[in-house]
Amino acid sequence: MPELYSEILLDHYHLPRNKGELPGETLSVEGANPLCGDEITLHLKFEGDVLLNVTFTGKGCAISLASSSMLTEILMGKTITEIQEWIERFKEFIREGKAPDGVDLGDLAALAGIAKLPVRVKCATLPWSTMKEAISRYKGT
Amino acid sequence: MKSWEEIRQDFPILNVKINGKPLIYLDSAASSQKPVQVLQSYCGFCEQRYANVHRGIHTLGESATSDYEAARETVAKFVHAPTKDGLIFTRGTTESINLVARSYGHKFIKHGQAIVLTPMEHHANLIPWQLVAKAVGAELRFWPMQEDGTLDFEKGRKLLDNSVAMLCFTHISNVLGTVNPVREMIELAHQVGAKVLVDGAQAVPHMPVDLTELDADFYAFSGHKMLGPTGIGVLWGRPEVLNDMDPFLTGGEMIREVWLDHATWNEIPYKFEAGTPAIAEAVSMAAAARYLTEIGMERVHEHGRGLAKQAYARLSEIEDLTVYGPSEERGALATFNIEGIHPHDIAAILDGDGVAIRAGHHCAQPLMRWLGVAATARASFYIYNSESDIDVLVEAIRTTKKVLQHA
Ligand SMILES: Cc1ncc(COP(=O)(O)O)c(C=O)c1O
Repeated sequence: MPELYSEILLDHYHLPRNKGELPGETLSVEGANPLCGDEITLHLKFEGDVLLNVTFTGKGCAISLASSSMLTEILMGKTITEIQEWIERFKEFIREGKAPDGVDLGDLAALAGIAKLPVRVKCATLPWSTMKEAISRYKGT
Repeated sequence: MKSWEEIRQDFPILNVKINGKPLIYLDSAASSQKPVQVLQSYCGFCEQRYANVHRGIHTLGESATSDYEAARETVAKFVHAPTKDGLIFTRGTTESINLVARSYGHKFIKHGQAIVLTPMEHHANLIPWQLVAKAVGAELRFWPMQEDGTLDFEKGRKLLDNSVAMLCFTHISNVLGTVNPVREMIELAHQVGAKVLVDGAQAVPHMPVDLTELDADFYAFSGHKMLGPTGIGVLWGRPEVLNDMDPFLTGGEMIREVWLDHATWNEIPYKFEAGTPAIAEAVSMAAAARYLTEIGMERVHEHGRGLAKQAYARLSEIEDLTVYGPSEERGALATFNIEGIHPHDIAAILDGDGVAIRAGHHCAQPLMRWLGVAATARASFYIYNSESDIDVLVEAIRTTKKVLQHA
């Protein structure tokens, strides 16, 4: 079994956290990788600066689905500034293949192997770039 | 006669371990591996006989030119071309089709005429025609398919009327494995005065192709899918049609006389070979053609058909797995999906077992839409594959299902 398909990743894939619609959402944003056919929609409920709740719906490969599930766990309850920090951390992590100094990535660390698989990077990144888009849309409203 | 096991020994890459496992290479429809004979031909030529062609009046200029022209003759014979003068070396199928679209399409297809294609075309045989249609104001028509991924002959023939300028279609589908009735389709098109281009990228590597008998006006294929190197391919064109066409790329080699403000064209095939060609690649593509001829294309065809048939049957037995394309008479490949599992995950997990398959849209997005899927997984076979590779494939697919199918 390839390293990437670790127990942690498969756990998020089989038992996704926060998957489903979000009644009363503030906004939802769809992200897609047309080349893979991955389509992930993030549903977000904000109160002022705070992301009170986040869920996801959609379809995709195990990597994009697990990454989405992890994202919702990490960002739930965070402020916009914290979310932006996490987006930057995630980018660095995917580029370098290891956690930025002093950062505990939690389950996300299971995606470390993806740095060596350029073709799959965009699967892991999809929910995170969708989140970035969501923040800029929310701030723009 | 070389046994299949002896043939496998000719491919050094099969000794490479993938994730600690022996390589099971099932992605030849994307690109084939190379036997030592082809590699040695490339190196030997560069070590002993290399220079630019058609220019240098020196010994190496002569040897390179004669090897390059001998390569043209070998490849022309390999596909039984009526004459080697119509055999143009290009970078591959994609460039060959673009050449025809540009140099024939833009000049001879007129406003209000139609270009007939099929929904199973590789993007390489679709997008060039979309651009021609747009530029000249022609109509695109699509020959309908039946449920099983074969062309609907009765519906298709009705599309062919006097307004059709060109019929362009693939000999063998790189996704469905469908083998199209090329001879009959060409005949129908010629009856209404249309020209025909056949995309032979998946056919020439796997079956005997006789261009004299098929009577296509244009036929395109690539070296890298038939054991040869990348960067080389062929457009065969009927000489009288090629002569009437405008040049494609311009520059050195393709000219006869040049003045400051105009130029005249070289004779075919040189008129369509602007610049320094892929010389060593052409020479080793010919070595690939010789290698295949030595095995015998009938035998290569039988082998691929056998593996495809077996793969189709074995994969169809797996629960929740769909194999696409016709069950009988298929090219050397099997394209499939497993319910609820993304093809990229299938490919990634199979790779862990040393099994290389392709996953994605296979440069055929309209066909993916026709199938109602975003992507598919594809196992494709060639002369270095055996039945035991299918055993490994099936076993690896079972593992994938265990790991990824939700309970
Ligand atoms: C049916 C078909 N047509 C065209 C092509 C394009 O060939 P190339 O990439 O060598 O130009 C391919 C290869 O992917 C193919 O399978």
